[in-house]
Amino acid sequence: MTSHHHPHDDHDHHDNHFSDMQARVKALESVLTEKGLIDPAAIDAIVETYETKVGPRNGAHVVAKSWSEPEFAEWLRLDATGAIESLGYAGRQGEHMRAVFNTPETHNLVVCTLCSCYPWSVLGLPPVWYKAPPYRSRAVIDPRGVLEEFGLALGAEKKIRVWDSTAELRYIVIPERPAGTDGLGQEALAALVTRDSMIGTGVAMPPGEHAGDRP
Amino acid sequence: MNAHEQSHSLARSPGLPVSGEGDPVFAEPWQAEAFAMTVRLHEKGVFSWSEWAETLSQELYRPGRRPDGADYYECWVAALSRLVTELSITSEGTLDRLTQSWQRAAEATPHGHPILLENDPQR
Repeated sequence: MTSHHHPHDDHDHHDNHFSDMQARVKALESVLTEKGLIDPAAIDAIVETYETKVGPRNGAHVVAKSWSEPEFAEWLRLDATGAIESLGYAGRQGEHMRAVFNTPETHNLVVCTLCSCYPWSVLGLPPVWYKAPPYRSRAVIDPRGVLEEFGLALGAEKKIRVWDSTAELRYIVIPERPAGTDGLGQEALAALVTRDSMIGTGVAMPPGEHAGDRP
Repeated sequence: MNAHEQSHSLARSPGLPVSGEGDPVFAEPWQAEAFAMTVRLHEKGVFSWSEWAETLSQELYRPGRRPDGADYYECWVAALSRLVTELSITSEGTLDRLTQSWQRAAEATPHGHPILLENDPQR
């Protein structure tokens, strides 16, 4: 399995698709931008205030279950698509998934949300900065530096693997279970799983804090 | 909270799906984008609250709606489209052409590249 730099421009057709509604909203956005009535950056900023309100954010439950149930974690490792579907989270962009597990030795980071491949039904809404082309190229070249900018300083001994989604396969990072969470049930565990921890730009929160991603 | 401030009056739109805390919730990202555009246009005074509420209500009460209400934001987008055409900001024909253009652009965009309107081969 390749971890980075793999060329995927050979998929040159049908990688991307807009539903009628997606395309209609883009059409409205184009017209209104051209007329100077809206600014796409301002729209992104408003959407971002609702980032925790978009999509079912099923990934947090997937992570919490894998922390609690070793058999489920193993299933997720071998067949993430099936394991995630078993929770009733089928369809949409979530269909072909691979789970990559953080360990004490390795941290995983997912890039590529430029097109329609981001599995928002599992991970929630992508952060606005994540869609910026410079982020994607820099994350591949200098993941440690990019993560430091996000306030995530990883020790020099920790290996970082960068996973670039393809048209067929999307990734979810399974963050390490925070210390001091032994007594917690799955609901309480899921509350510690931020969106950023599932794309690898953050880690799961320590217990006692409320879920909330970086602004 | 930011979300409350930004959405103040649009969050009182008829029938709006909201969370337990009263914030709007969206099943898909395009719904949040449509909501956000409407918020901006209203803030800019492009239309009044009552114009918006009336147009949205007309769409919501059209026959043939889904019984589970899952097409709420389809009605929202229809209302927004109608309002901007009635205000002569654009025409229905232009919106239809651009919609098709965006769909061709998406199909023509290889994985890993941003979907841009310029990518439509027929543009």
